[in-house]
Amino acid sequence: MAIRVEHEIHQRRKGRNFGVLALLIGFVGIVFALTVVKVLELGDAKKFENFDHVARPAIEPVEGDSN
Amino acid sequence: MSDMTVENTPYEASMGDYFALLKPRVMSLVIFTALVGLLVAPVHVHPFIGFVGVLCIAVGAGASGALNMWWDADIDAIMKRTAKRPIPSGRVQPGEALGIGMALSGFAVVLLLLATNLLAAGLLAFTIFFYAVVYSMWLKRATPHNIVIGGAAGAFPPMIGWAVATGNVTIESFLMFALIFMWTPPHFWALALFVKSDYGDAGVPMLTETHGRDATRRHVIAYAVLLVPVAIGLGFTSIGGPIYLATAIVLNLWFVKGCYDIYKRNDAAADADNYAVEKHVFKVSLFYLFLHFGALLAEAALRPYGYGG
Repeated sequence: MAIRVEHEIHQRRKGRNFGVLALLIGFVGIVFALTVVKVLELGDAKKFENFDHVARPAIEPVEGDSN
Repeated sequence: MSDMTVENTPYEASMGDYFALLKPRVMSLVIFTALVGLLVAPVHVHPFIGFVGVLCIAVGAGASGALNMWWDADIDAIMKRTAKRPIPSGRVQPGEALGIGMALSGFAVVLLLLATNLLAAGLLAFTIFFYAVVYSMWLKRATPHNIVIGGAAGAFPPMIGWAVATGNVTIESFLMFALIFMWTPPHFWALALFVKSDYGDAGVPMLTETHGRDATRRHVIAYAVLLVPVAIGLGFTSIGGPIYLATAIVLNLWFVKGCYDIYKRNDAAADADNYAVEKHVFKVSLFYLFLHFGALLAEAALRPYGYGG
């Protein structure tokens, strides 16, 4: 028994299916790149890492530290 | 598996047929004006966010085009110019156009909101609503001034582009909107005078048919004159300058002169030279819009080097 079942509709809709695939990949790429750009635009990671749900004592500013 | 084979298989719509629903030629003007609105704004935008912003505006405009084709399929089928569109020609089902239009509208607005700001996304949503509902469903078949109000939908893109960068609506973005809004009627009516349309057969009121061709000629010059202060005024805002003003003065003189020539003659004279003046003014109107926005872009590009306004 063949693993792949061929049907004429696969051939008929080939162009359309690849078009939809390209659109989906493009959409995922845009959302991913947008996320990267947005996060990098925040600049200093300390500014937003402090607001994570987990306590991060390592990035809390030390008292008296001029930085 | 022959039970699944459809006998006399109907035409299978290709990606190109679906793309045609988005009115690519209209989209190209939308992309250009939105990009200018974005680039002349005094706020730096990350290039990728700018790209996504313009993409969303273009897809939103395309989505409203698909909704327009869904709603107007009946009249598109009657008119020669539009009979070959995807729905009247049977290549795409009306329900598919509605689905694509609604889905792309949602994607474009939500992605614009996430990528930029609420104002830009709100303006895009309003533009889609305005074109699909106010223009297509309501005014197009109700009044011969449909093109005046419908022109507003085409005028929003630079305002949205500006909002993507600044998050505001200002006098600059309002005047860019007003420039396209006031330009649309004389541009379209110059075309309507020399193209033998069949809007009448489709039951769409057009000024040339409801009020006559002489009245249309009067409207062309009236709107062209009203366009002048908008176009010149834009030159005195923060995005204007000597390059823009010089361009605007020349183009407005050229355009008003052409529209005056249209106003001064009648159909007998136009028939004699095969509507040469009307065709010329239509071409000038295309240059008019392109060069105004091109001059704004030139001002913005030269400003960092001490040139421009």
